[in-house]
Amino acid sequence: MGKWSLRLVAALAMVAPLAACTTPAANNGGGESGGGASVGGGRLAAVKSAGKLVCGVEGTIPGFSFVDSSGTYSGLDVDTCRAVAAAIFGTSDDIDSKVEYRNLDSTARFPALQNGEVDMLARNTTWTLSRDAAGGNGMEFAPTTFYDGQGIMATAEGGATSLSDMDGKSICVETGTTTELNLATRIEELGISVDEVKFQDSNATFAAYEEGRCEGITSDRSQLAAKRTGLSNPDGHVLLDDVLSKEPLGPVTINNDSGLFDVVKWVSYGLIQAEEFGVTQDNVEEQVGSESADVKRFLGAEGDLGEQIGLPNDFMVHAIKAAGNYGEIYDRNIGEQLGIERGLNKLWTEGGLMYAPPFR
Amino acid sequence: MADPGLPVKAQPLGKTKPPIWRDDRFWKIFFQFVAVAIVVSVLGVALTNMNRNLAIQGRTFNFGFLDEVAGFNIGESILPFKRSDSYLYAFFVGFINTLRLILIAIPMATVFGLVAGIASFSSNWLLKKLSLLYVEIMRNIPILLVLFIWYFVIFFGVTGSEDLTQVSPFLLLSKKGIWIPWPDSTAASLASAAVLGVGAIAAFFISRWRTKIMAERGAPGKTQLYVLLSMGVAGLLIFFFGLGWQFPGGEDSNNIEGGLKASLEYSAMLMALAAHTGAFIAEVVRAGIQSVSKGQWEASRAAGLSQTQTMQLVVIPQALRVIVPSLNSQYITLNKNSSLALAIGYPEIFSVSQTTLNQAGRAVEILLMLTLTFLFLNLITSFIMNRINAAVQFNER
Repeated sequence: MGKWSLRLVAALAMVAPLAACTTPAANNGGGESGGGASVGGGRLAAVKSAGKLVCGVEGTIPGFSFVDSSGTYSGLDVDTCRAVAAAIFGTSDDIDSKVEYRNLDSTARFPALQNGEVDMLARNTTWTLSRDAAGGNGMEFAPTTFYDGQGIMATAEGGATSLSDMDGKSICVETGTTTELNLATRIEELGISVDEVKFQDSNATFAAYEEGRCEGITSDRSQLAAKRTGLSNPDGHVLLDDVLSKEPLGPVTINNDSGLFDVVKWVSYGLIQAEEFGVTQDNVEEQVGSESADVKRFLGAEGDLGEQIGLPNDFMVHAIKAAGNYGEIYDRNIGEQLGIERGLNKLWTEGGLMYAPPFR
Repeated sequence: MADPGLPVKAQPLGKTKPPIWRDDRFWKIFFQFVAVAIVVSVLGVALTNMNRNLAIQGRTFNFGFLDEVAGFNIGESILPFKRSDSYLYAFFVGFINTLRLILIAIPMATVFGLVAGIASFSSNWLLKKLSLLYVEIMRNIPILLVLFIWYFVIFFGVTGSEDLTQVSPFLLLSKKGIWIPWPDSTAASLASAAVLGVGAIAAFFISRWRTKIMAERGAPGKTQLYVLLSMGVAGLLIFFFGLGWQFPGGEDSNNIEGGLKASLEYSAMLMALAAHTGAFIAEVVRAGIQSVSKGQWEASRAAGLSQTQTMQLVVIPQALRVIVPSLNSQYITLNKNSSLALAIGYPEIFSVSQTTLNQAGRAVEILLMLTLTFLFLNLITSFIMNRINAAVQFNER
């Protein structure tokens, strides 16, 4: 009998993972129906019922997403998460308790999103065809929140002024990014040979660069500028003029779940539209009673735009109260902290690329 | 209560067939079936889940992507690699880099372990304590930390702010890598290397033959000894002067002439693997030596053998029977730990696969390939170790 009961326990132990396996399948079944026409199904409903938005961020880039010593997150990407959460939950009160951040490195981000470990990414992710395509990574890209480009930083001591000066030298690269593809292409075009040293983690990449392992380091220009502020001798490093790529960075959600995707997309556009309308974190309450019908519709005082994407009609009011409009977010995080000019990130009315489709 | 109307066939007592659930054989087979059914259904549910989830994301399970252009460069490799090569070739180049790492790390770890393990029995107090210190520190900290210490603290620390540090004519250090002397690749050097190889094999057989005739016929073996000695001298002369050694030297770390370069990433990975695994092997060696009974030591001392001879002729051959099976698992651990190299940017198979995974988005396929590769690697290691194990066991007479 003792033997039998042991076998029974063994059998039960084998069944346990079986039960565990079926649960995620049931969840994803819900996701499948959300992929259809039903508004507010799928992941959006799951987020609402959980009362918490799980947001994948980088976590170590000042200005974009950075955890300070007290564990508080700040940055442009973080503010995007907060705005989306405020829109979904219909409140800006104590919004930080309704967003949970996960630090993801560049290779872990897509699997984390695909597995449902995070609801959305706001993590310096470049929008490319193969990442967007169902036959590739199968993601959905919300509007670009920061137009960046890949650059190269080199030691002032080395005297390099462009990529072609890096012939025969080493460049540190963070692996698993479009960065290494762009670098490989450009190096081949120039016909030079560069020793590429690739790291999994951006901190290790910068640590090795600072130790002098490489004469140069390549990454998005914004990230290079941000990380330069943390180097022991910021003036000893120069950003080369080469811009190797277009890097439109924006939030990402999973493919075939248009409920959540629409929300992230339109909240991101809403932040840009708010700047265009002149709606700010401070005056948003007054603007609800604005003369302009466009502004009233935008803030949900008229019409049912919010309901159409499965949110309260005044979703933008909460989003703006939580994070401010795009201009405010940019100035607070990028402009003041990193000193990067707005450039392409100006509104279209001022010669930039930030343009939101009409809220009608 | 049997029906009195039916004729009851008389059966001899004790021959009645017990009901099937009281039969032990039935349950044995039944549980085998249950176990198989559970395994199959777990796998089935997992696979169905995977297929459905992939279908939801609009993807299928196939390996077609392996022919596509990789698009990235591999910083350091023996085989030439360019960005227009395929993902499959990138995977292979990564595999060769892994082999390059573990084929050197395993002998190094073994030497570290043997030295530290034997030193722990030394009568020299300092040697004994040093061995203890090494083993205890290495065994009790995670290998990732060992790796970062070698890379960021030791190698970058030794090179300091200098671009190049000439430690001796035999060793050149820089932020880029480590250079050691290496034979040139002229025809004369290759011929010398071939002569050395053939000579070593010949010497091995001569020495076996000598032992045999000494044991069987009581021959003095003097002639053979002279032959071996002269072969040794000739071998040393060829080694030092015939190979055309190139010594590294140069103005700055990007223009070094001569010698063999090992990148800092490779060197740090090699040292971390060897030092970490060496500590575990030292414990295996110590356990093996301790398993030889005290009587063996005393008997060989009484027979007039010296301390070294006792170790070499009596203790080690017996200890090997205990050491070799445990060594196998240490080597397998080393193989698996080699995947940590992606933390410091050495492009071994795991690192290349991670890059591929990120570009191609084929997590299931790539992780399956990685699993099979490591399985293959470790089964080969086990196979070789089992062969060695069979060779060191007692030949029962």
